[in-house]
Formats: sequence, C-alpha cells, structure tokens
Amino acid sequence: MTAPSEIRSLLTVITEAALENTLLHDFEGRGVHGCTVSDARGRGQRGVRDAAWGEAANVRIEVICRRECAEALLDHLQRHYFNNYAMVAFVQEVVVLRPNKF
Amino acid sequence: MIDVVVLFFLFGLLAGAARSELKLPAALYETLSVFLLLAIGLKGGEGLAKQAVLPLLPQLGSVILLGVAQTLIAYSLLRAVGRFDRANAASTAAHYGSVSVATFAVALNWLATRAIPFESQAAVFLAVMEIPAILVGIVLARGINRHTNWRRLAHETFLGKGVTLLLGSMAIGWLAGPDGLAPIKGVFYELFKGALALFLLEMGLIVSRHFGTLRQHGLFLVGFGIAMPLLSALLGLTTGIALGLSPGGVTLLVVLAASASYIAVPAAMRLAVPEANPALSLAASLGITFPFNLLVGIPLYHRLAVHFAGDSA
Repeated sequence: MTAPSEIRSLLTVITEAALENTLLHDFEGRGVHGCTVSDARGRGQRGVRDAAWGEAANVRIEVICRRECAEALLDHLQRHYFNNYAMVAFVQEVVVLRPNKF
Repeated sequence: MIDVVVLFFLFGLLAGAARSELKLPAALYETLSVFLLLAIGLKGGEGLAKQAVLPLLPQLGSVILLGVAQTLIAYSLLRAVGRFDRANAASTAAHYGSVSVATFAVALNWLATRAIPFESQAAVFLAVMEIPAILVGIVLARGINRHTNWRRLAHETFLGKGVTLLLGSMAIGWLAGPDGLAPIKGVFYELFKGALALFLLEMGLIVSRHFGTLRQHGLFLVGFGIAMPLLSALLGLTTGIALGLSPGGVTLLVVLAASASYIAVPAAMRLAVPEANPALSLAASLGITFPFNLLVGIPLYHRLAVHFAGDSA
C-alpha cells in the first residue's frame, strides 16, 4: 500500500546571502510553513558568486507549497527584488507524500 | 621593514592576481574573523578593567561625531567631484565613515611589534564607530521616511556579528581581568599574529578579485580610495589630540578614521539601499583603501601621531 501522494509546486530562489533573512521573513508572512536553505555557488550577469565570503555568497531557498502560493511568492519577488539583486527564481511541479504538510 | 603579516597579504594578492588555484575554505575565513574580534575585545576589556569607565563617555561621543562627519564629507565629495548618484554616494560614504576590523588588527600588531603602548579604549572605539555611518548613509540615501524598516535595520546594525562579538568579549575580559584570562591567553593572545597572518592571506585573495571593477570605473575611484583615508586621518588626528590620547592611542584612532568597512556596511547597505552597486563601493574600500592603509597608511599615521601628539604623552 502506498501513501497518498499529490502534486505541489517547488519554488527555488537562488540569490544573495544578504537577502536570506529578509526573504524568509517575507515568506513566513505569506503563509509558508517551512523551507530549505543551502549555500550555493555560481556565476552570471553579476560576476562570480563563489560563496567564499559575505558579499559574494549565494543561497538557494526551496519552498514546497500550493501552486497559487508559489505564484504569489514569485510575483512578490519580481516586484520587490528582481531589479536590484542577483536573483533567479523558478517553479517546478513535484510529487509529494503527506500532502497536508504542504 | 614590512611586518611579516603584511607579507602574507601581499602573497595572497599576488597569488590572486596570477589567478592561482589557491583558495582557502570559506569556514576558515569566518572562523578567523571571529577569533580576531574575540581577541581584540578580550584585550580591550582586560585593559578597561584597570581604569574608570565614566570618563570614557565623552570620548565615545567624540568618535561617534567623527564617524558622522566622515560620512557626510565622503558623501559630498562623491556627489560633487565623483558625480555619483545619490544611492551610490550614500552607500560608499557609509563604507568610509565606518571602520575595518582587519586594518585595526594590523595596526594593533604593528604597535605591539614595536612595543608602543596605547589606550585600551581603542577597542571600544572600534565597536562604537562601526554603527553611526550606517545610519547616516541610510538617511542620506532615503531621507527619513516611513518605508524604511528601522526596527529591522537597528537589529541588523546593533546586533551584527562584529559588534556583538566585540562587546561580548570586552565584557568577558572586563569581568575576568588579567588573572581570569590567564588560562586562555595561549589561544587568544599568543596565536593572534599567526591567525592574523592567515586571515590576511585570504584578504589578499579577496582584494585581488576587486581589481577588475577598478579597471572599469577608473581613476576617480582610485583617487578617492587614497584621498578619503588621508582626509579622514587628519580628522582622526585632530580628534585624538583633542582627547589627549598617547601617540599609540592617536595612531589607532587615526587608523580607525582612515579605514573603510567592507563587511558590516556592505551587508547593511545591500538591504537598506538595494539600488546602490555594491561592486563600486567595495572596489574602493577593499581594492584601494585597505591595501593603502596596510602598506603606507599605518606607518605614516604613526609618524603623524608622534609628530603632533608626542609631547603631550
């Protein structure tokens, strides 16, 4: 017997470490219950971001939530942060167990 | 003769400029910066325990004013001469009004190597001078309006890593006194130079990465990165003499005035003034001012301090 599964949205945001606390605070205020944060490295328009020290460090924030919630968060990111910060955000569909958790 | 710790910095700079594969783990840099802040705070707190604290309050007021004045001067220069827009001028000015712990640590080491005495409250100045420039910078960029989340900013500013560690370790040093600190002296005092050397190696690597931005933004940034610390040094010198500090103490205050932040201020400005380009202000403070102070500034500031404050000691 398999546990009940459902489709949810996985929102991934890769951005400057300086924004981590601000974003988590924003997300919490928009009904997100949990998320995963990890250090990230990479390069792009805004130069090499090698996670070596404060200013050049990147984080990856992952949130699993309902589609409409993910879209609202994306919209919020676009309005407040896309212009001035190094930021990539995207949404994928994922299959989750225990759907009431997300 | 250049201090050996500065040679480590030059080594890092050269290795970085030559695009060597050398890379220290990020956790080491973090660990060393925590270590240096703790060691500076402990030493300062230990010294403070030997003197009355109340007479220090007017001195703290003076160094706060010094930080505010530097930020305002830097802002006017950047606007008028550098033709910076408001956000970039305010953000860069805040870097120059604030202080660099690494520069201060090298100056401490420079004085200790030459057995030159200095006042213990210099560590308190370091903690206090980090903050005012950030607040002035934000007001210069934003004006005073309701959209700024002052509570969050105050939290980030006053409880940032640097200020917390300095104040905490100063309290420990003050409470424990020389006898209480004896068991941990081996780690925090004896290892200070070695840790500083490693830290400066990493700083050299970091600084070398900012040379690219300097090439793009040209001569003004280079000129500002050298002229501004010299101007601030004069303000610091005047303040130090007015406060009646010893030549060693004046030297440290001048170093604080002349140094530019590259950790606390960039992080705060990134949040408070997001439209400012962090590469610009960091290229000046890290790429020019930090090496300038290490290689030329510190010995020069000490000579000035001895020349002008030597007799009053």
